[in-house]
Amino acid sequence: MSATTQIDGTTWMDKPPVQDTNLEMPEWYLKFQQDSWQRFLSLPLVSRSDEDWRYADLKKSRFEKLYPVKSTTVPCSIDEKPFENAAARFIYINGQLQESDVSGIPNGAICAPINNAVADAGDRLEAYFDIDAQRLGDEKFAALNGAATNYGIFVYTPKGIKIEGPIVVQHYISGDSAPVFPRTLVISEDNSEVSVIEQFKSADPKEPGLSIGVCDLHAEKGGKIQHVLVQNLNESSKQVHLSSSHSGKDARVQSIVLNLGGAWVRNESINRMIDEGADTHLYGANLATGLQEFDQRTLQIHDAEHTTSDLLIKNALYEKSRVIFGGLIQVLEGAHHTDSYQSCRNLIGSEDAEINAMPGLEIDADQVRCSHGATSGQISKDEIFYLQSRGIPAEEARRIISCGFLLEAFSNVGNPELQEWLSGMIEKKFDTIS
Amino acid sequence: MSESLKIDDLKATVEGHEIIKGLSLTVPKGEVHAIMGPNGSGKSTLAKILAGHEDYEVTGGSVTMDGDDLLEMDVDDRSRAGFFLAFQYPLEIPGVSNANFLRAARQARLPKGEEIDAVAFYKEMYAKMDELGMDRKFTGRSVNEGFSGGEKKRNEILQMMMLDPRYAVLDETDSGLDIDALKVVAKGVNAMRSPERGFLVITHYQRLLDYIVPDVVHVLFDGRIVKTGDKDLALKLEAEGYDWVKDEVLASA
Repeated sequence: MSATTQIDGTTWMDKPPVQDTNLEMPEWYLKFQQDSWQRFLSLPLVSRSDEDWRYADLKKSRFEKLYPVKSTTVPCSIDEKPFENAAARFIYINGQLQESDVSGIPNGAICAPINNAVADAGDRLEAYFDIDAQRLGDEKFAALNGAATNYGIFVYTPKGIKIEGPIVVQHYISGDSAPVFPRTLVISEDNSEVSVIEQFKSADPKEPGLSIGVCDLHAEKGGKIQHVLVQNLNESSKQVHLSSSHSGKDARVQSIVLNLGGAWVRNESINRMIDEGADTHLYGANLATGLQEFDQRTLQIHDAEHTTSDLLIKNALYEKSRVIFGGLIQVLEGAHHTDSYQSCRNLIGSEDAEINAMPGLEIDADQVRCSHGATSGQISKDEIFYLQSRGIPAEEARRIISCGFLLEAFSNVGNPELQEWLSGMIEKKFDTIS
Repeated sequence: MSESLKIDDLKATVEGHEIIKGLSLTVPKGEVHAIMGPNGSGKSTLAKILAGHEDYEVTGGSVTMDGDDLLEMDVDDRSRAGFFLAFQYPLEIPGVSNANFLRAARQARLPKGEEIDAVAFYKEMYAKMDELGMDRKFTGRSVNEGFSGGEKKRNEILQMMMLDPRYAVLDETDSGLDIDALKVVAKGVNAMRSPERGFLVITHYQRLLDYIVPDVVHVLFDGRIVKTGDKDLALKLEAEGYDWVKDEVLASA
């Protein structure tokens, strides 16, 4: 397979990196793009004084020198197609659709490239493109994505429909300095259910790519959404991924993030429980090596009574890698009987690695159960001794224990095939750590 | 010389304190020996030294397994050479499934490049779990995590069965077990008694020895074996406590 992109000598600061989709887009969307571009231009670059960027290496967040597109036709091998039981499958290279199959999508549900969906939907999707959506320091990147969204997936599950098997989206980035601006929008109506698995990979082991993506999940009454983001770009590439979720009455959102690759990755995740019984689970694992920096900011907002959320992020750090976690639980006024948890646990595998964890809590309601915390440590000698006493060499014991430490982040995912896929990728990366 | 696990005049310290003070005993292959002793006599220390725990420093004496110097070997080498310790307090390993743990232990015994036969492995593991009355769901659960005391000890015996050691040391395997769990564990151990294997059973209470009947009973006191006898010695200790042993030792000192 190959992707062709057009030559363009201008940088992002000159004009918006919009690709011609050959679609007739609605007025509101064109305005959204234009306003986003103006906003991108007017917002300042992030600075050290910005609390949402505390501990971050700001140099890594500067991309002005990158060009919007690259001129070559690049080969790209699709090395795996996970989940045989996928309801739908999309493979993109640099935002261009290479392969799609939606044969498992039931009647009434929609699973389509987002540009087509927007073009077809008239003004029904306008409400889901909010230029003022809350962010955690990445307003400028959100605006850039808004101006430049060139592809992505739209999923709509109507009342009572369960999509069997996951929707699998593979994003390949190919070519030197190639940027992509994907956008995912998932709307799950009352008592419907859907799982979306997105994977980011590089075609080449070295060429630096960039993805600036936005993902919005809306689960209405009793709706269930599972979203999985697996990032295994090469270690020259960068990613900014901004997620949000809205959970309505008795809705359930499960959001899973695994970071393995990338030179610098910034994840934002804002999750709102907006009606009684809403429940959000966030499970994250980051395996950081070399000079990698993973920067994660999360917000759990409880905006109704009897809502629950649980966040578990596990980080394993080696060599000179850095991980930043900034998390906040907000229990808003009147959100009584909230149950909310936040835990960031870190395994430090090298003296040169650095973790900065900033868990936080703001409570403005009564009868609330909340806990938050961060722990950091090394593998216990006794655990190694135990494995060694069964004949497992010390190095292998360390690998097994570290791998298990990360995998534990996904122990409540409740889908063995997914867990196995995630664990396979984690193990594969551990095999490269000496 | 017949094959044995031979401990000769062993001396060891932890953080500078001498805990084992010239301990000698020999477990010939095919026999079950028990070590009993009051709290603080050095029983668990001995178990950890034999397994190679780095907190303990051997300052004298020797331990050989069928003539090979056990103390020269790394912890994992000892295991692969046929030594096994059932832990008094088995560790919990979050995120590592029991099946993967056992598989890694078995894999470590194969020559480089050779892969374990997964089908045969699971079949064998399931059969042994059935013998121990362990639910199959334990294979997918993290090693010992959230296990009850009895489940942990059963899991130790399962590991022993899967690793098929020449010499096994059971460190207070009876502690924390109710009588039913004790019987199951003892049954597993008894099924492994063989002319090709030696056992050293460390316990504080005689109760376990009703179910795993020893050939020889040693009494450990203050870092030394101070008395050796047959299973009746265990019954006497159970009935009369350890004071008479202490008195004998003090009188002869």
